[in-house]
Amino acid sequence: MTEQTTRLVLPSHIEAVADAAAAVTDFVKSCGFDEQAAFGIDMALREAVTNAMVHGNQEDEAKSVEVIFSCLKDGLEIEVRDQGEGFDPATVPDPTEPANVLKPSGRGIFLMRTFMDQVEWFARPEGGTAVRMVKKF
Amino acid sequence: MAELSIRERQAGDITVLDMDGRITIGEGSVALRSAVRRLLEEGKKNILLNLAGVGYIDSSGIGELVSSYTAINKEGGQLKLLSLTQKLQDLLTITKLLTVFDAYDTEAEALSNFK
Repeated sequence: MTEQTTRLVLPSHIEAVADAAAAVTDFVKSCGFDEQAAFGIDMALREAVTNAMVHGNQEDEAKSVEVIFSCLKDGLEIEVRDQGEGFDPATVPDPTEPANVLKPSGRGIFLMRTFMDQVEWFARPEGGTAVRMVKKF
Repeated sequence: MAELSIRERQAGDITVLDMDGRITIGEGSVALRSAVRRLLEEGKKNILLNLAGVGYIDSSGIGELVSSYTAINKEGGQLKLLSLTQKLQDLLTITKLLTVFDAYDTEAEALSNFK
């Protein structure tokens, strides 16, 4: 399969999450994933973009979120970049622990890790934070 | 079209909310929150959420279900779930919330389990 890449730049408002999801739906199909995998990829993407807008960019509409989809020989990679100050994912509590299960928030990263094969965050040299997620066939 | 439409009906002292659409961050989650708050203000504390028409829910929507559950419990009421799609059932299983919520396949069964 030929490698292909799509890049989106979104404003930091929640309504734009749907734009990212629409793009990933088309991309996932063209990469050759089945419906079950597509559901998980869609969910992980939505959570990553929401986190970037809400926690990364603090919903500052002057800041954008960049999403890069890459269809690879053995799967798909999605990178979501924000202009925020970053965070340590190790400090995010496990939402399935009994003490946390009735908390109304804190499940986004858990769902990203559940549905994707690799999820890693890193600080970008030019500023901001990115999360890179990989799903294998 | 609204992201989430909610139709309300009464079965004795139980309010059934038939939901259709998506419960996601923004409009969908807000619609669910507003509906549950309004019912609690009206003194309607026994609520059955019919989720047969909900094809998608994100972490915000899951959080809103949890918030609804705790708000209703706090008022001495009960929240139960009806007709989860397989995907929603899977999500509630992996988030360990299926052990918290009472979920039923049929409306008759759900209604009969309100105390």
